[in-house]
Amino acid sequence: MSILIKGGRIIDPSQGIDETGNILIEEGKIKSYPKTTKKFEKDPDVTVVNAKGKVVSPGFVDIHVHLREPGFEHKETIRSGCESAAAGGFTSIVCMPNTNPVNDNASVTEYILLKARTEGIVNVFPIGAITKGEMGETLAQIGEMYEAGCVGVSDDGMPVMNAKVMRHAMEYVQAFDIPVISHAEDKNLSGTGVMNEGVVSTELGLTGIPCASEDVMVSRDITVAELTGARLHICHVSTAGSVRLIRAAKKRGVKVTAEVTPHHFILTDEAVNEYDTNAKMNPPLRGNKDREAILAGLKDGTLDAIATDHAPHSEDEKKVEFDIAPFGIVGLETALPLSLKLVEDGVLTINQMISKLTDSPSRILNLNKGTLKIGAAADVAVWDPEKEITVDREKFHSKAKNSPFHGWKLHGSVLYTIVNGEVVYTG
Amino acid sequence: MKFQRKHILGLEELTAEEITIVLDTAVSMKEVSERDVKKVPALRGVTVCNLFYEPSTRTRSSFEIAEKRLSADVLNFTLSHSSVTKGETLLDTARNLEAMGAGVIVIRHPMSGAPWLLAKELDSSIINAGDGSHEHPSQALLDLFTIREMKGRIKGLKVVIVGDILHSRVARSNIWGLVKLGAEVRVVGPPTLIPKYIESTNVRTFYNLDAAIEGSDVIIMLRIQMERQESVFFPSLREYSRFYGLTREKLKRASEDVTVMHPGPINRGIELSSDIADDAGSVILAQVSNGIAIRMAMFYLVASAGRNQ
Repeated sequence: MSILIKGGRIIDPSQGIDETGNILIEEGKIKSYPKTTKKFEKDPDVTVVNAKGKVVSPGFVDIHVHLREPGFEHKETIRSGCESAAAGGFTSIVCMPNTNPVNDNASVTEYILLKARTEGIVNVFPIGAITKGEMGETLAQIGEMYEAGCVGVSDDGMPVMNAKVMRHAMEYVQAFDIPVISHAEDKNLSGTGVMNEGVVSTELGLTGIPCASEDVMVSRDITVAELTGARLHICHVSTAGSVRLIRAAKKRGVKVTAEVTPHHFILTDEAVNEYDTNAKMNPPLRGNKDREAILAGLKDGTLDAIATDHAPHSEDEKKVEFDIAPFGIVGLETALPLSLKLVEDGVLTINQMISKLTDSPSRILNLNKGTLKIGAAADVAVWDPEKEITVDREKFHSKAKNSPFHGWKLHGSVLYTIVNGEVVYTG
Repeated sequence: MKFQRKHILGLEELTAEEITIVLDTAVSMKEVSERDVKKVPALRGVTVCNLFYEPSTRTRSSFEIAEKRLSADVLNFTLSHSSVTKGETLLDTARNLEAMGAGVIVIRHPMSGAPWLLAKELDSSIINAGDGSHEHPSQALLDLFTIREMKGRIKGLKVVIVGDILHSRVARSNIWGLVKLGAEVRVVGPPTLIPKYIESTNVRTFYNLDAAIEGSDVIIMLRIQMERQESVFFPSLREYSRFYGLTREKLKRASEDVTVMHPGPINRGIELSSDIADDAGSVILAQVSNGIAIRMAMFYLVASAGRNQ
């Protein structure tokens, strides 16, 4: 079975390509970029996808997703999470270890990968925990999880507070050349905080999480990365301070990379007004100065990748008092149109935007994805950057509907998502 | 202009005109409370439910008396603090009360924003009786009422709020109301208990009680929560009292006819020296009886707005 994607604008930052052309997919791989298409169009074994006026890019790579399985299948499963990813144009997703049981040993890793092979429709790469049970005390089975298929380690959501434990983790991972991925937050400074500390939290009487809570941990982790020489990846950057620290560290040659979520580059803490629990996430939405610093960081390359921190929760869990609602929102199905706003607003070129969703995140975790090179696995997204859409949570493929963007009018619609040469989603 | 709100959730969303309507209505309600037969039929046939997730005998009793003076049918529903996180959700509980016919739900809740959740999801009128560290509209309205009664005006008065501003819903509601009605508001307390961003609400921040009190017309003392002592906001109650407790000596800096108020219950010898507490006693008790009139006014206005809709 072959697919011919015909006449689209092919943008592949991994090869520096931006041209109108055709792509032939055969046996699950990118076969060639044929100049003429007539002979393929006549071939009954070739499915022709007309991409005229559309963008053809590598399928997107999201290095920060919560699939919730095992343990929280009422929120999301590997199957529903993959379907949500495909609907958003993502062909590879990286899932965080805060499941139940925690992915802190090879058997959980194997379970996730087995489920992903049998039920998942996109590529799934697990992240293992840094410490046993994400308790921050003793190292998890990092080597065995690496052998089983983990591409990095993180105690996402449960930051390792003990700097000595973090040091050992950063030393240990170098045997396997995987990065330590840090949800940078000083839990003591955050305390019982539920949103950004600022004017809005003061007026709403909600306990704030100061920006310093992130900044001090980014600073510590960069310092420990310098001490150990480890590769450090900072998750979901939300503050101006983090951007400044990461920029300076990169300049010094520290091996640090960073990601940012669409909600942090689009929204501010004003979105929490009237206690909207769909604007409750960790790190919290910050002030406008932070948002502007993030946009500058995206522009100058301090922030390498866009990742969604897709965090599904059931409606019942979110329909409670703000203080006890869980942190997090879904993100896979709104990532493309929200990222395209960066292009509309002149922050990034469309090529830069695609790079931050494809080859750049792939490189951070050595995934060998996010490319349309001849011979590579055929993971492709075909999308219309101009089509106006209205975000409708009822149409999400995710099990969860917790999005602050419901009802927003945006541009950008996924038409085809192809994984390993198979169409897994048609818009 | 008429009062057209179905809910009274906080003073942030009320206009100066609406606040004045509540205060004016409370004047006639106070008159009812001074009659021999302290009852009018305004809420006859209306079921009011007092849904309290915090033990607060005073506030609940004040609401209950107000409800009864307006001839409402009263249902008290008091839940323990722990039932917030365990057991039935707030929405499910409130929906049950609505199904029992509660036309008005008065809610006291330890978490900020809880009344907004009910207002969004239910048909009943919601009255906020204090939510977390956010708002306590009936307390602020009764404070405004008492100030207006004592001073004849609010505009131009220098009002100082002393103590734990960070955790105080009384402070937040009072700030909104006082600023809207044209008072000059100062807040003072240890820097750990004054939110960094409070000046966005057009108040001035002080860390020194003497400086804050200078020339003030009204001083509102907030209650110090004894249990907060452990959370490193200040070294000891003794030290707190030394720097932020109101004594006769400190009070000399205020204007001659200064009014000292306290939402109660007082920690004698901590926020207020015992002699000041005794001097201020009459105002503090006036606050309590004005509280009933204000709450009657709130019910009356919300119920009439509901009928007009």
